[in-house]
Amino acid sequence: MEKKVLLGNEAVARGAFEAGCMIAAAYPGTPSTEILETMARDYKGVKSQWAPNEKVAMEVAIGASEAGARSLTAMKHVGLNVAADPLFTVSYAGVNGGLVIINADDPGAWSSQNEQDNRHYARAAKLPMLEPSDVQEAKDFTKLAFDISEEYDTPVIVRITTRIAHSQGIVELGEREEKGLKPYERTPPKHVMIPAHARPRHLFVEEQMKKLGDYSDKSPVNRIEWGNKKRGIITDGVAYQYVKEVCPDDSVLKIGMIWPMPDSLIREFAEGVEELFIVEELDPFIEEHVKAMGIKAAGKDITPMCGELTPDIVDKALNGTDKKDIYPAYEDSPVPARPPGLCKGCPHAWVFQVLGKLDLTVVGDIGCYTLGALPPYSALHTQFCMGASIGMLTGFEKARGSEFAKKSVAVIGDSTFIHSGLNSLIDLVYNKGTGTVIILDNRITAMTGHQHNPASGKTISGEDTFQIDFEALVKAVGVKRVVTVDPKNTEEFERTVAEEVAAREPSVIISKRRCILLR
Amino acid sequence: MTTNVIFAGVGGQGVILASKVLMAAALKAGLDVKESEVHGMAQRGGSVDCHVRFGEKIYSPLIPLGSADYIVCFELLEVLRKLEYLSDEGKCLVNRTQIDPSPVATGAMKYPDNIEEWLGSNIKGAVILDGESAMKEAGSSRVLNIVMLGALSAYLDFKDEIWEEAIKSTVKEKFIDLNLKAFQIGRNLIS
Repeated sequence: MEKKVLLGNEAVARGAFEAGCMIAAAYPGTPSTEILETMARDYKGVKSQWAPNEKVAMEVAIGASEAGARSLTAMKHVGLNVAADPLFTVSYAGVNGGLVIINADDPGAWSSQNEQDNRHYARAAKLPMLEPSDVQEAKDFTKLAFDISEEYDTPVIVRITTRIAHSQGIVELGEREEKGLKPYERTPPKHVMIPAHARPRHLFVEEQMKKLGDYSDKSPVNRIEWGNKKRGIITDGVAYQYVKEVCPDDSVLKIGMIWPMPDSLIREFAEGVEELFIVEELDPFIEEHVKAMGIKAAGKDITPMCGELTPDIVDKALNGTDKKDIYPAYEDSPVPARPPGLCKGCPHAWVFQVLGKLDLTVVGDIGCYTLGALPPYSALHTQFCMGASIGMLTGFEKARGSEFAKKSVAVIGDSTFIHSGLNSLIDLVYNKGTGTVIILDNRITAMTGHQHNPASGKTISGEDTFQIDFEALVKAVGVKRVVTVDPKNTEEFERTVAEEVAAREPSVIISKRRCILLR
Repeated sequence: MTTNVIFAGVGGQGVILASKVLMAAALKAGLDVKESEVHGMAQRGGSVDCHVRFGEKIYSPLIPLGSADYIVCFELLEVLRKLEYLSDEGKCLVNRTQIDPSPVATGAMKYPDNIEEWLGSNIKGAVILDGESAMKEAGSSRVLNIVMLGALSAYLDFKDEIWEEAIKSTVKEKFIDLNLKAFQIGRNLIS
C-alpha cells in the first residue's frame, strides 16, 4: 500500500473518504479547518460544503445520515458548543448511514478562546468517542468510527487535538469502499423526538452504551502494552506518545476509545501493576472514572490541568527530570515578543484607527479583527465567542442606557455575522435598542485561512452561488439606517461612525473592503 | 537513532514548506518521521516553528528540551527563543536577517544588537548564514526556506537523489528548478 506524509487533518479526511463517506459539512475553525478543505480538494466523490455555522453543519450531516448516506461533520472544540443542541438529541435518534463528528480540541489555546476538554461531551451526550494518538490513527479511527456508528446505531465522535490535527506523519493509504445509500424509510418513533418517543429512545441509548462498554473492552483501539510492572500508566491521545518517549520501559494502557471506557481492561491493568499513574491533557477525565471504580491512581496531583502536555512535562512528572539551566540563556537584553498582528494594508487597521480616535467602547467578536485589541490599536475591549458582539452590545445598552450606546459599537466580521450575528441583530431591533453594528466585510473568512462563505458568493469548491446582500438583509430585519463605506476612506468612515452612534435608532455600517491577502 | 530538527522563523518565511521537504526526504529514505506545527495566530506575522523528527520509530511529535540536533532559524532573534531545545552537540544554523517584531516596530522595545557575537561566544554549534545574498544568487526573494534546508542538508546523510526527489514532490512544478538551485546554493554555504 502507498505511504504518504499527511497532516492529521488530511488523514481524517482520507479516513472518511476510504470509509465511503458521501456528505461532509463543516464551519472552519482552527485546528479543524483543513479536514473539509482536504475533502473538497482531494476527494471529489464526497459532497463537501461549508455551512454558515457548526449547528447547521451538524444538522446537514444528521439529515444526510438519516437519508442513508455515510456523513461527516467537523469542527473545533468551541464549535461543538454551537452544535450541542442537535448533538444531544441525535444521540437518541441514532443513525441510518454512519454519522461521524470530528471534534478538534485545542489544549494550550493556540488559536482559541478557551481550553475546554470535549471528552466531557461524550459522557454528557451519551456518545462513543475515539481518540487517535497519531496521524495514522487519525485516519484509521475515523474509518472505524463509521463502522461503529452503523453497528451500534449511534453517532460517533472522533476527538483530535492540535498536536494531532496539525502534526504530520506517515500514513498508509487504503482504497475507498463505496457504501452507497442505505434505504430510507420514514420512522417517526426513531426520529421525531416528542417525549413519547424520546423516553424509549433514552432506554435504547443506555442499552447501547452497555454494549459499547463491552466493545470498548475488546476493541484493539484500547490495548495494554506490558512492560516493567512496577509502574503502569493509563493515557490517551497525544499524551500516549509523550509517555512512550520518556517512560519506554513502563507498562502502558493506551486508551483509544475514551467513551465508554474499557472498565474490565482498566481493572486488569490496575491489578497487574504496582503503582498506577494517569497521564492525560486538560481535565482529570480518565482519572475521575478510574477513581470512581475504587482504584488508586496518581494523576492531576503530578500533571498540570492547564495547557498542553509536552514530553518534558511528562518526564518531570513521572521521572523527576528537571531540565532547568541545562542550556545557555541570552540575558543581555530583553528579547521582544513577536505577537501576531493585522497585516500591512489590512482593512481592519483603518477601522480600529478610527474607533480608537473616537474613543468608543468596542464590543468585539471572533476573527482577525480581534487583534484590534492589541497595540498599536488597543481599540477592542471585550470579546467572547462567535457572534456574541451584537447581543452583548444590547446588554451594555440595557444596563447603561442609550447615552452609553452613543459611545459604543459592535464589530463583527462577514462570516461571523452569518454564523450567529443575525439573530442578535433581530433581537437588537425587536427590543428597541439603538446600538451601532459595524459589519467588517472583507469578503472572506480570513482568520482560518480564506474560506468561502455565503457572502463571498462561492462554494467550498469555488463554484458560483447566491451571494448575500448585507444591506438588503439587515434592512429586512428592521434596521433603517444602513450604510456601506470603504474604511480606507478614513475621513468618510469616521464621519459615518460618528453620525450612526449618535442616531437614536439601530444602525448597521458595512465596512466593505477586501482582505489584503485575497487575490 | 532519532534526528531532531527545529525550523523557526516568522510567519510568511516558508518554515512549514521546509519541514515538508525534509519529511519527504526522510520518507524516501525509508525512515519514520513526525512533525508538529502551529497554525492560526502564527500566520499573522507571529513566530512560527516546526518540529521534525526522523529515525527508526518516532513517538512524540514534539522534540524534548535539550535534544534538537539542529535548529534552523530563518530570522536572527527567533533563535533566542529556541536555544533551550538545542542538544550539547547540536548545530544551530541561523540566517542573519532581522525582521522587526511589532514591539520594535512601534518603538516600545529595541532589537537586541549583539546576537551574532553572543551566539559566537556562547553556542559552540552556531553557524551564522547570509540568507539574503544566497537568495540574490538564486535570483528570488522567496527561497530562503530552501536555501536554509540546503545548508542543513550538508550535515545530514541523505543522498543527493533523495533531496532532489523530495524537492520535486513538494514544491510547485514551475518552481522546481529555482528551488533545486537555491538548495545547492544553501548547501554550498556550509563548506
